[in-house]
Amino acid sequence: METMKIEVLGTGCKKCQQLEANAREAIAALALEAEVLHITDPIEIAKRGVMSTPALAINSQVVSKGKVLTPTEIQHLLKA
Amino acid sequence: MLDPFYPFDWLATQIVTHLLGLSVDSHLGASLHFFLYDVPKVLTLLITISFLVGTFQSFLQPEKVRYWLSGKRTLSGNILAAMVGIITPFCSCSAVPLFIGFLEAGIPLGVTFSYLISAPMVNEVAIVLLWGLFGLRVTLLYIGFGVGLAIIAGYAIGRLKLEHWVEPFVWELQRSHQSQELAQSFQSPRLTWKQRLQQGWFQSSQIFQSVWLYVVIGIAIGAGIHGYMPTTLVTQLAGADNPLAVPVAVVLGVPLYANIAGVMPITEALVNKGMPLGTVLAFTMAVTALSFPEIVILKRVLRPQLLTVFISLMTLGIISVGYLFNLLLLN
Repeated sequence: METMKIEVLGTGCKKCQQLEANAREAIAALALEAEVLHITDPIEIAKRGVMSTPALAINSQVVSKGKVLTPTEIQHLLKA
Repeated sequence: MLDPFYPFDWLATQIVTHLLGLSVDSHLGASLHFFLYDVPKVLTLLITISFLVGTFQSFLQPEKVRYWLSGKRTLSGNILAAMVGIITPFCSCSAVPLFIGFLEAGIPLGVTFSYLISAPMVNEVAIVLLWGLFGLRVTLLYIGFGVGLAIIAGYAIGRLKLEHWVEPFVWELQRSHQSQELAQSFQSPRLTWKQRLQQGWFQSSQIFQSVWLYVVIGIAIGAGIHGYMPTTLVTQLAGADNPLAVPVAVVLGVPLYANIAGVMPITEALVNKGMPLGTVLAFTMAVTALSFPEIVILKRVLRPQLLTVFISLMTLGIISVGYLFNLLLLN
């Protein structure tokens, strides 16, 4: 299976860190091979068309904005 | 008038007078009563209001706001942007993505600024603290003046035609993005009420965790001032006779973004001792609208000239509001 690319978009506030932690938890729970990146550059975030952080992107596709998803919610998105 | 906080007042009085056997007029009694009354009152308000705001905010994605504002021209756009700013979520870390997102949609620069000023200024922690500590009328005046300032400052920035002082890459981004990005605009899944309430609860507990300690410490210091500091000292330092009090309050407020929760209860005690409310309101506005982290973030997309215009307009505006308020409330 090819490596998934999970990106957390957020400038580093508490919520963004929580989202990253939840994403890692979801990946571990599913035993996936995935690379987790945290994008903190506000301009890069804006280029993705994201206006409210934290956002989550799976393989460069933004799947959630402005929300701290729970590990379970992220698992659903990863399986989709 | 019905005071929803009467039970807290009653309880605090009972504890001080009966349990501890102190008079509420003594120094120690007054301080303790201030502390025992304010802590539960402010924390209850904080949890309740941030829960309600957090739940309600799940209805308002920035994408929707952008859509509402995209067809609007100046003035009517400024007014709408400032109004919408009251109710939308704002975290200074979203300032740049929002700014770019708005300009991408063709929203005029001045209208974007109206939103950018109004959204952080009228934030829930500031509202809770003002309401809990100074009452509803002061809170409403604060919101009114904040929105007014956002409209005027945004309108002024629009009229001055300062688009060339936005970093050029923002406009290039707009051209490359506009058609494709906006067409396939992100579809947010509809949330259930359970999810909305969960979001509200999450927000509420986050805010509570990050500010409760500051609130308690601030109230403790305020309680000390309330019981022990002589009135004459406060009126001398920050009273209505000191014309420099308002600008000084504004300058002190800018670096204090995160700690508004701790500083406001102190101002409550100072107001009881004769510091005018306008000075406090100017201070509150400076803390929330001109926050240091936000300025640093905005520097990424604004040329220094535009940043200077923005800061100067806001500083002037806030100082005027402070003087105006003092004038209005004194008479």
